[in-house]
Amino acid sequence: MNGIHDMGGMEGFGPVMPKPNEPPFHHPWEGRALAMNRALGYAKIWNIDKSRAKIEEMPPHDYLTWTYYQKWAFRLEQLLIEYGYIGNDEVKAGRALRPGKPLPRFLPAAEVSKALSRGSYAREPDRPARYKVGDRVRTKNIHPHTHTRLPRYARDKTGIIECVRGFHVFPDSIAVGQGENPQWLYTVLFDARTLWGEGADPTLKVSIEAWDPYLEPA
Amino acid sequence: MAGHDHHDHDHHHHDHDHAHGSELSETQLRVRALETVLTEKGYVDPKALDAIVEAYETRIGPHNGARAVAKAWVDPAFKQALLADATAAVGTLGFGSRVGDHLVAVENTPTRHNMVVCTLCSCYPWEVLGLPPTWYKSAPYRSRTVIDPRGVLKDFGVTLPSDTEIRVWDSTAETRFIVLPMRPAGTESWSEDQLAELVTRDSMIGTGLPKPPGAAR
Repeated sequence: MNGIHDMGGMEGFGPVMPKPNEPPFHHPWEGRALAMNRALGYAKIWNIDKSRAKIEEMPPHDYLTWTYYQKWAFRLEQLLIEYGYIGNDEVKAGRALRPGKPLPRFLPAAEVSKALSRGSYAREPDRPARYKVGDRVRTKNIHPHTHTRLPRYARDKTGIIECVRGFHVFPDSIAVGQGENPQWLYTVLFDARTLWGEGADPTLKVSIEAWDPYLEPA
Repeated sequence: MAGHDHHDHDHHHHDHDHAHGSELSETQLRVRALETVLTEKGYVDPKALDAIVEAYETRIGPHNGARAVAKAWVDPAFKQALLADATAAVGTLGFGSRVGDHLVAVENTPTRHNMVVCTLCSCYPWEVLGLPPTWYKSAPYRSRTVIDPRGVLKDFGVTLPSDTEIRVWDSTAETRFIVLPMRPAGTESWSEDQLAELVTRDSMIGTGLPKPPGAAR
């Protein structure tokens, strides 16, 4: 969706404000919110793109004003409600009003390290890659109303295949419950002038990671 | 979204417009309530949550990435392996938990400077750099890095030669990038451990450079 999350190339947000010696968490609840997201992510009820989509669906004002971990806590609540694992009444009551249902996968304390390393998103290819390094490609001019990982600033632009990354789970499919539908994934390199016009920094090159369905030969 | 979602949004929004103290306490109460519900329903073990928090507070941080960089500076075979397959190469360093797939190391050279961003969310190589800093997840960084990276570098006090190629990697897939910065001059006789002290988190994102040798303790 063409949401507020798709920020590449926007202006007006002000300077980046690095803070030296930032603590891992600014408040203990942030750590709990992160840890609950990790534990329930490990449970495999949903997938990473479904959870990204949930944040992208937030109203733009909330997206811009809530902190990162506020968004994470809210997303977790909403996903658990959507998948029928908790009720809104339980969130409001602050306690369980019904017994839980079995999780696909439970994270015991002894196995926490498993939840801290990412799984693989590569799958066994069932077809050869359509492009090779050096090929010219054009990104499609698509505007799906659901989750996609093709940023607006890089749509309908000509670039070069810089790397073939493998055969990867396709976010646009898995986020909407249409299965992994794996596709070839490439690094596509753009000259800044292609993206930003004649006034662009002449020394700048930008790459995105793009799945085959985003691309056509150029 | 369903109507009750919007109600919840309004509730949170209301929290946010208040002074910081009450905002935090309301969010804190809500997160605590969620943990109680999830614990009572048997979905989380609070001890597992403790262990996750503890891992990010103590074990998983930029010191891991710094070790990989320092080793690449002193060991040409490791450097080659790191650039060929960073997941496998970093995996040999024994950080305790497995490094996730699709980690890619990109090398700075005298003519090319790499920067990493995620314009769509905040994808970051957690396993080698730990939790992303707040600025990395912020709208200013995510919006400007792909169009005005030199302006972003200025916000970090970094100025590069005007003819250096700036190469920005937008992390739009599960590929994760770590920058291999250039080894500072004047460190020829330094050990791997000494060198690791010079490798800052920002130098592995591309918004900074390693510390000069004079800055080491």
